[in-house]
Amino acid sequence: MSFATWKKAYSAMFLLKLLSRNAFRHRLRTLLTILGITVAILAFGLLQTVVSAWYAGVNASSAARLISRNSISLIFSLPISYQERIRRIEGVSSVSYANWFGGVYINEKNFFPNFAIEPQGYLALYPEFVLEPSQKQAFISDRKGCVIGRKLAERFGWKIGDGLTLKGTIFPGNWEFVVRAIYTGADKSTDESQFFFHWDYLNESLKKTMPRRADQTGIYLIGLTNPQAAAEVSMAVDATFKNSLAETLTETEKAFQLSFVSMTEAIVIAIRIVSFVVIIIIMVVVANTMAMTARERIGEYAIFKAMGFQWYHVAGMIFGESLFISITGGGLGILLTFPVAHKFGEVMGQFFPIFQVESSTLYMDMFFCLIVGVIAGVFPAMRAIKINVADGLRRIG
Amino acid sequence: MLPDQNQEIIVSVNAVSKSYYRGNQPVPVLEEITFDIARGEYLALMGPSGSGKSTLLNLIAGIDTVDSGSIFVDGLDIALLSEAELAAWRAANVGFIFQFYNLIPVLTAYENIELPLLLTALTRRERREHVETALAVVNLTDRAEHYPSQLSGGQQQRVAIARAIVTDPTVLVADEPTGDLDRVSAGEILGLMSRLNSDFGKTIIMVTHDPRAAEKAHVIRHLEKGVLSDVST
Repeated sequence: MSFATWKKAYSAMFLLKLLSRNAFRHRLRTLLTILGITVAILAFGLLQTVVSAWYAGVNASSAARLISRNSISLIFSLPISYQERIRRIEGVSSVSYANWFGGVYINEKNFFPNFAIEPQGYLALYPEFVLEPSQKQAFISDRKGCVIGRKLAERFGWKIGDGLTLKGTIFPGNWEFVVRAIYTGADKSTDESQFFFHWDYLNESLKKTMPRRADQTGIYLIGLTNPQAAAEVSMAVDATFKNSLAETLTETEKAFQLSFVSMTEAIVIAIRIVSFVVIIIIMVVVANTMAMTARERIGEYAIFKAMGFQWYHVAGMIFGESLFISITGGGLGILLTFPVAHKFGEVMGQFFPIFQVESSTLYMDMFFCLIVGVIAGVFPAMRAIKINVADGLRRIG
Repeated sequence: MLPDQNQEIIVSVNAVSKSYYRGNQPVPVLEEITFDIARGEYLALMGPSGSGKSTLLNLIAGIDTVDSGSIFVDGLDIALLSEAELAAWRAANVGFIFQFYNLIPVLTAYENIELPLLLTALTRRERREHVETALAVVNLTDRAEHYPSQLSGGQQQRVAIARAIVTDPTVLVADEPTGDLDRVSAGEILGLMSRLNSDFGKTIIMVTHDPRAAEKAHVIRHLEKGVLSDVST
């Protein structure tokens, strides 16, 4: 390392020492400001994670799958006979179907998503649900069997072989099941809180109790040979059932999931706005702290300038202190985001099955720490740079 | 002692005028001031409040600019320098001693003295040698690691003097250096400044109200309403 580099490094260390000591000259004020930033970054991180959790289903959806539903509304069903006709369409590799069941365990507080599925095709279409082969076979072989996610099993303490009863809300009655398999997610974005059982079990019961609702399904799940041809296959499916009693609306799984999110988009936008407002508020708070600091030290800056320090040295001290405070507070906020989000995810698991802090949230946290630090330092630095040395010295005493 | 023709002139003030503005109204502070300061001279500037003595000191020290006239320090017309050039010039040529010491409270005595040296090309070891020498000159070696709040007023002013001399500047400017000190401490500071002048040949320009402080100087110039009114040796 050259002498000039050593000198710069030493001067930078001296400056760092100076600004860290300056930062804690008013300990309570600085600590409260740091605490404010910590809380703001934590709140921002959590709110952004809530938004991410809202879109978790969209993000986890596959581009290689289509979903076909009744074109009037999702609450209207489609005939089971459509399966074979869809399978024959060019570009379709496999077809399965599922029905939203809407059952509750004991009472409505114990909500979790539950579906009646066609087991073989459905599980083949969703490789992200990872099952042990023996458990998978046990589920397929048992018409009253069910597959549950790892988190759901942990939530209710269910084990393989346990019997349980769901109370039907859309399909009245008490429905008994045996846990035959517990799936885990292939990655962190897979929802591990779902419940699947045999569509045949539902259908056979309906044939006896409500024959008009039998042989119907809520949605078709369509596997594609080529994901690039999603639009063409969608159009082909819908064209096949045009002018029928139950016309279809076929879209990618992502679009299907987005249609759910769009129903609550106003809430998501409100959460996003609040998260940015939090950052703006803390920016004003830090700017106020730095303005007070610079006003108190204007005489000191004049002394530095009198001794021969240049404007950029003085600006460096102010920006450095501002960044020191914002990065310290922000760093603590980021560190706290993980345990708090984990706890939040545990408590709110039934509403947000996938609640994890995304790297994009962390990048935004870091970016806002820097922005807060820089913007808070701009006006105090400009004031300190502009101050006439003689005027500044007159303010001392 | 007024500079004679054989003495080297270190500061030359030529027809310097300066006004401040109250709104749009100019308030003259200095009018056509002309005098020279010889190398090694100890000059006291005296006068009532508002007479312009601190303004004159600031102009010579390069922390304020003249409206008209010129100030040569060691042959350089400092009125022609830009703000950045003036800052660099001050770092190398001027040592400041203020009434209220103006030490940086979060830095130790050692670090305060080292501060101006950060602007030089000295190595860390050389800087340490300079700081230790300056501390020895002001007899505060044992207080190097003390913070200003842990020092008395007189000790703080000695640290400030050490900071002023550590770069071996061309001139030392002192604005009421004993104004905030008790009689004993003031005596020590004046003794130290006299020693800097006599033993180390430092050129000192001091603004003071205190006749006892002015007595230590070689030359006393009186300012009255922005005009040099009297000179005594």
